Amino acid sequence: MYAIEMIGVNKRFGNVQANKDIHFCLELGEIHALLGENGAGKTTLMRILYGLYRPDAGEILVNGQKTQILSPKDAIQAGIGMVTQHFTLVPTLTVAENVVLGYTHSQIVSQKDIEARVKAASEKFGIHVDPSVMVKYLSVGERQRVEILKALYRNARVLIMDEPTAVLVPQEVNVLFDSLLQLVKSGLSVIFISHKLNEVMAVCNRITVLRDGQVTGIVNKCDTTQKDLAKMMVGRDTAGLARQVGHKTGTPVYEIKDLNAVNKQGLKALKGVSLSVQKGEILGIAGVSGNGQSELTQVLTGLLVPTSGTIELEGKDITHATPNEITKAGVGRTPEDRHEGMIGDLTVAENFALEDLEKYTHNGFLDQKAILKDAELKIKDFQIKASPTDHLRKLSGGNMQKVVMARALSRNPKVMIASQPTRGLDVGATEYIRKKLLEERDRGGAVLLLSEDLDEIMALSDRIAVIYEGCIRGILPASEATTEKLGMLMAGAC
Amino acid sequence: MFKYKIVRSPAPVWMRTLIPIAAILLSFIISSIFVIIAGANPFAAFYNFLIAPLSSQSSALEVLVKSTPLILTGIAVTFAFTAGYYNIGAEGQLYAGAIAAAWIGINFPQLPSEVIIPLMMVGGFVAGMLWALIPALLKVYLKIDEVVTTLLMNSIIMYFVSYLLNDYWRNPQSGYPQSPDISAAAHFVRLVPKSRLNADFIMAIVVVIIVYFLIRRTPLGLQMRASGANASGARFAGVNVPRTMLTAALVSGGIAGLAGMGEIAGIQFHLIEAISSNFGYTGIIVATLGGLHPLGVAVAALFIGLIGTGSQTVSLALGVPVYLGDIVQSTLLLVTLGMLLLQNYRIERR
Repeated sequence: MYAIEMIGVNKRFGNVQANKDIHFCLELGEIHALLGENGAGKTTLMRILYGLYRPDAGEILVNGQKTQILSPKDAIQAGIGMVTQHFTLVPTLTVAENVVLGYTHSQIVSQKDIEARVKAASEKFGIHVDPSVMVKYLSVGERQRVEILKALYRNARVLIMDEPTAVLVPQEVNVLFDSLLQLVKSGLSVIFISHKLNEVMAVCNRITVLRDGQVTGIVNKCDTTQKDLAKMMVGRDTAGLARQVGHKTGTPVYEIKDLNAVNKQGLKALKGVSLSVQKGEILGIAGVSGNGQSELTQVLTGLLVPTSGTIELEGKDITHATPNEITKAGVGRTPEDRHEGMIGDLTVAENFALEDLEKYTHNGFLDQKAILKDAELKIKDFQIKASPTDHLRKLSGGNMQKVVMARALSRNPKVMIASQPTRGLDVGATEYIRKKLLEERDRGGAVLLLSEDLDEIMALSDRIAVIYEGCIRGILPASEATTEKLGMLMAGAC
Repeated sequence: MFKYKIVRSPAPVWMRTLIPIAAILLSFIISSIFVIIAGANPFAAFYNFLIAPLSSQSSALEVLVKSTPLILTGIAVTFAFTAGYYNIGAEGQLYAGAIAAAWIGINFPQLPSEVIIPLMMVGGFVAGMLWALIPALLKVYLKIDEVVTTLLMNSIIMYFVSYLLNDYWRNPQSGYPQSPDISAAAHFVRLVPKSRLNADFIMAIVVVIIVYFLIRRTPLGLQMRASGANASGARFAGVNVPRTMLTAALVSGGIAGLAGMGEIAGIQFHLIEAISSNFGYTGIIVATLGGLHPLGVAVAALFIGLIGTGSQTVSLALGVPVYLGDIVQSTLLLVTLGMLLLQNYRIERR
């Protein structure tokens, strides 16, 4: 009998099949890894298990019994607990209060009583936390332990952990693994979602690999190697895109040297990143999201100040330049998330004009005619299906992204930073954007392409760098970059 | 989980044209309930609210008088809200402007109108701006929420005015706490004899026009609208969002200060504690009803002024409490906010 069995699970979002006919089994007392890159379907599958999504088809069996899970409450009652990357703790309450939240057994709650109960639970499960401390004073690793304790307090027999090490420093990772191994000895079963091969090999018993919504392999750790796993995770038969041949002129125009940066959570997101982009080339940065691409984009577009390192454009230091100065220096900037980086409630023309206000200001007033005319030109150039006075919010995703690209490319930048340029777009728009990037390269511009879509990286790039845990793990010319090699680097294989 | 989710998406065109009409109708239907409870006929009440004030010249002019401070505070609030700065302190900034204008009006009796009135305008604007400064700095540099801070500044200045009028500025010739009168030259010229309509109204209209051009036609205006709509998008495009918000907050305070100056130079001619009957807070209602568009705000201010004038007639004619006007106003605001929700969001199947 399996602790959890998910049979024939299907889930579709719009025209994306996130989970296709998935069969997943968790044995009692094992740590089972769910491995895959972005968009493989791991989180979707686990959200179905935890009742956050309802599958289009499929059954869930808990301890052999068919169970209907319509909400997290049902999942918790079935003994399933989940610890996500975003903690659900209340910072101004103590550990004890957080753990018992919603599970107090009487109307009157005494601090001493709940602290005693939580202390007992803490000792029983071997999770060491001080019940009387307010959560806001705890480190991230400690908070994660509180989340685990919360799940165990609710009598979880199955624990789902979604990318737990993403927010931990190495020492905390070891503590976490020790705790998990301990807990498993006392009968807990764990599902460990990850894309990091070395961790999976270190702590898990069995591994299910997902790719594009389907299971590509179920193996025992002792029967497999990191190389095999990488292949299952990332390998494809020749993908639909043909590799383009580019002409490099070899003069480096954009140099990033030893860049270090800290993200909003205070973790080191970039560790000594060094890259050099040449004229007439597309340098692709491959990597699973969460390994530093977002922070790299933010630093390069002027939204995050690096702690050390330099960025030079044609020899000019622009490391601490504002977004405006960076644009003026000749960098084409695109936001990673077009909804955050563009303004939906303003018109297309206004979004274009925002980056260039000085050009359109005469005698203190905006030259509306010039703004509209320039917008018309860009709309024609980039085949955007919209009029300059349309509110940006009304545009389709593809057209919005075209506006983003047009705003950056129409200045003929010396280097173009294309961040997730085709994320969420349909086939037609995707093809168009990729064509534009290739045109930019052929014109002699330099393009730095950051994308979670490995197919895209492989099809468009002349050279490919892989980022993992904030470091550049390798830079390969396109001819040498096989999916195997890239998969290994992306998953941190050593 | 629920089968439906709420998505931000514009409503179809037909719905958008119906919404303001539906809002007004619904408000009146709901207010009618209170009218009936107060023991009057709803139709008679609404005749008195909306039609009667316009039926005679003197009361129509009074509508304009009542609307004037609302136009100014409405514009002040609109200016700040456009940039994403929620200025709830227009009331206090109005008082600050009134204090400054009164001080200038009282202490320079020798200056002619052409000099003292512009001086009072400048003084009122600067005073309002200064009163808005501290919450603005706290928000921009320390990320402290401006709703709470601007609100609290209102209380501070109202106690200060109370102190001034009972102590330092107490007019010895009057039984009530009020300041000495401003000089005759400091009065706004009366526009229509035997009415209270004065050049304050002209000033308000001029401010509306200036702000309209500022928001719609200048780079600062575009930066403000960008910051208010999507601060991260504005930042990405190179807008200095903190500085834009600071500017918006200060100008907003200045305009509210002008409202205070207008009441001193046009209506009261000395400082009293009741120089404002919640104009600052009503300005928020006016700004919302006007859809944060300067011209819409002017219309909304006139409408609220109409209801305000009407509510006095209603209470006289029908014997209902004069607060009924406040109830109608508030209902209108709540219903309008609800309608805005319908305008901007739709329910979709998950």
